[in-house]
Amino acid sequence: MTNPNGRFGIHGGQYIPETLMNAVIELEEAYNHYKNDPEFNRELTELLNEYAGRPSRLYYAEKMTKDLGGAKIYLKREDLNHTGAHKINNVLGQALLAKKMGKTRLIAETGAGQHGVATATAAALMGMECVVFMGEEDTKRQALNVYRMRLLGAEVIPVTTGTATLKDAVSEAMREWTKRIDDTHYCLGSVMGPHPFPTIVRDFQAVISKEIKEQMLEKEGRLPDAVLACVGGGSNAIGTFYNFIEDKEVRLIGCEAAGRGVDTYETAATIATGKLGIFHGMKSYFCQDKYGQIAPVYSISAGLDYPGIGPEHAYLHDSGRAEYVAITDEEAVCAFEYLAKTEGIIPAIESAHAIAHAIKLAPTMDKDKIIVITVSGRGDKDCAAIARYRGEDINE
Amino acid sequence: MSNIAKAFENKKAFIPFITCGDPDLETTGKLVKEAVKNGASLVELGIPFSDPTAEGPVIQGANLRALEGGVTTDKIFDFVRELRKEVTVPMVFMTYANVVFSYGSESFIKTCSEIGIDGIILPDLPFEEKEEFLPECHKYGVDLISLIAPTSKDRVAMIAKEAEGFIYLVSSLGVTGTRTEINTDLDSIVKIIRENTSVPCAIGFGISTPEQAKKMASISDGAIVGSAIIKIMEKYGKESPAYVGEYVKSMTDALI
Repeated sequence: MTNPNGRFGIHGGQYIPETLMNAVIELEEAYNHYKNDPEFNRELTELLNEYAGRPSRLYYAEKMTKDLGGAKIYLKREDLNHTGAHKINNVLGQALLAKKMGKTRLIAETGAGQHGVATATAAALMGMECVVFMGEEDTKRQALNVYRMRLLGAEVIPVTTGTATLKDAVSEAMREWTKRIDDTHYCLGSVMGPHPFPTIVRDFQAVISKEIKEQMLEKEGRLPDAVLACVGGGSNAIGTFYNFIEDKEVRLIGCEAAGRGVDTYETAATIATGKLGIFHGMKSYFCQDKYGQIAPVYSISAGLDYPGIGPEHAYLHDSGRAEYVAITDEEAVCAFEYLAKTEGIIPAIESAHAIAHAIKLAPTMDKDKIIVITVSGRGDKDCAAIARYRGEDINE
Repeated sequence: MSNIAKAFENKKAFIPFITCGDPDLETTGKLVKEAVKNGASLVELGIPFSDPTAEGPVIQGANLRALEGGVTTDKIFDFVRELRKEVTVPMVFMTYANVVFSYGSESFIKTCSEIGIDGIILPDLPFEEKEEFLPECHKYGVDLISLIAPTSKDRVAMIAKEAEGFIYLVSSLGVTGTRTEINTDLDSIVKIIRENTSVPCAIGFGISTPEQAKKMASISDGAIVGSAIIKIMEKYGKESPAYVGEYVKSMTDALI
C-alpha cells in the first residue's frame, strides 16, 4: 500500500524539520531490516503472546445480537490485552525495534493515557528510560493513567500549550525528539506522523485483523460482512481493516468522534468536517480554519480528541474502500452503558464509538450477516468521567 | 541573481525574525523599520501558525498572541504590500507548510511575489518534500529557503547543491530559543556548504548576544535572531520598537 516515499495516494509524506530527517531515515532502514528478520519476529511474537496475552478473543456477543435483532455480532477483545488496550501491540514492536537500534530512551505522546501506559510498560520491561507527554487537560480527565505511568517508572510531562490535549502532546514529543535524537526513539502511538510511522504502526497493529480473519474462518467458516472500529489517529481501525482491504466484500467502517455534533465547533470528526492539509509530518485531512490554523477539536474521549487522521485512512476514504461515520458523545456514552449492561463488558469510551454505530447498523442487516467490532480498550479509566457526564460526582 | 543576495553583498548579514501581528500589525511595521534603520539587512517575517512544532516557548507565545489578536494571512499580505513602499531590504516569510498549502500554494506564492516577498522559509518542509511548493516558487520568482541542521551529515551536500536565496543553518539540536552555548561543529558543515554552492549561508537558533552573533557570522555569512527579539516584544509590547532598534544596533555593530 505504501509507495517508496511513504505515500498513500496523495497522503502521507515526511513534513518534518531537517533536524529529524536522518532519524526517520535511520528508523526506516532499521525497520526494513528487522521486519523480515526471523529472530526479531520470534522475539516479538513471544512478547505478544506470553506478555501481552495474544491472541485476543473473538467473542460472540449473543445477548447484544439477540437484543438488536439483526446481524450476528462479534467483539474483538483488544481490551483484554495486558495494559487494557490495543496500544501494546504497537508499543512492543517499536520498543523492541528501538532496542535493536541501540536506543535507551522512549518518548511518547498520549491522549487517554493508554498509549502512555503501554509505552511506560514496555520501557519498564526492557529497562529503558521513558518520558510521556500528555495534555494537561487529559492529565485531569485521566488521572488514574497518569499515576499508572509514574508507577511504571515513566516521567509524565503535562503539556500546557495550545488546547492542552493530544495534538499538543504530539507537538511537544516532536519538539523533544529534535532536542535529543541519539539515544531516543519517539514511540508514536498511532498511524500518523511522518513516514515511516504510519506504516510501522499499521504493520504492528495488523495482528488484529490477521487474528479476526483466522478466528472468523474457524468459527463461521467465512469472512465477516463488516468490521467496525473507532478512529482518532486510527491505529486500532487500521489494524482491524488491514487484512480485509483486499477482501472487497467486507465493509470497513471507521467511527469518528463527533463530540457535540458535526454541525458544531465542538467536534473531532476529521473526515466529516476536515479538509486536506499538512500537519504533524503528514499530508492528510485535518480540522482547520480557512487559513490553515488547526482547529481546537473536542470529544468526550481523550483518545479520539485529535484534529487529524492517519494518511492511510485518508486514502481509504478517498478511494471509497472504507466508510467513516461520526458518533456523538451522547451516542458513545449510551453505547458504553449498553455494552456494560448487555454483555457485562465495560468498553473504553473510544471503543464505545464503534459499539454505538453497531447498535444502529446491526438491526438494519439480516440475521445471516456478521459484523465484528473491535473493542480497542477497557473502560475502567473512563468510569469517573462518564459518571460526571451523567451528573454523578464520584472520586476516583 | 536572487534579490536576497543583496543582503549579503560585502557584509555579514544580520537577520531579525519578527512575528507579524504580535501584538498588532502597526507595531510589526514599526519594528521592521526600526530594525532596518539599525542595520538589519534582511527581515524574516513570521506568519503565525496555531501549532508551530519547530518553535520553543518564546516564539510559540508570539504565534499565539498574534492569532489571538486576529491576524490572518490576508491581513499580513495587505500589511506587507504597504510596508514594501518604505522598506527596501529583502524580506522573507517564515511560516509552516499548512499555512501556504491551505491558502492555495499557487495563490500564496503568487501573492508573495506581487507584494515583494523574496523567499519563504518552511521549517516543516525538508528536501524530500520541497516539490510541494518548488514549481510555484520558480514560476513566481520566490526563493524556497533550505535548512541544514547539525544532524544533516551526509545530506548537507545534497541540500546545498540545490539551495537558493540563502541557506538557513540551524546551530544546534532542538527548537528555537536562546542558548548560553552553541557547541555544534559548524565550521565543518559550512565547509561542505561552501564546496557545493555559492549561495550565502546564515546561522540561526539560539543566538542572542552580540558575541554569539559575531562568532556565528565569522564562520558564515550572517546571523539570524528570533527568540531574543520576541522576548523584547513580549516585555514591552507596543513600546518595543525603540528597544528592538537598540538591540539590533548592538548586534549589527558586533558584525562590522
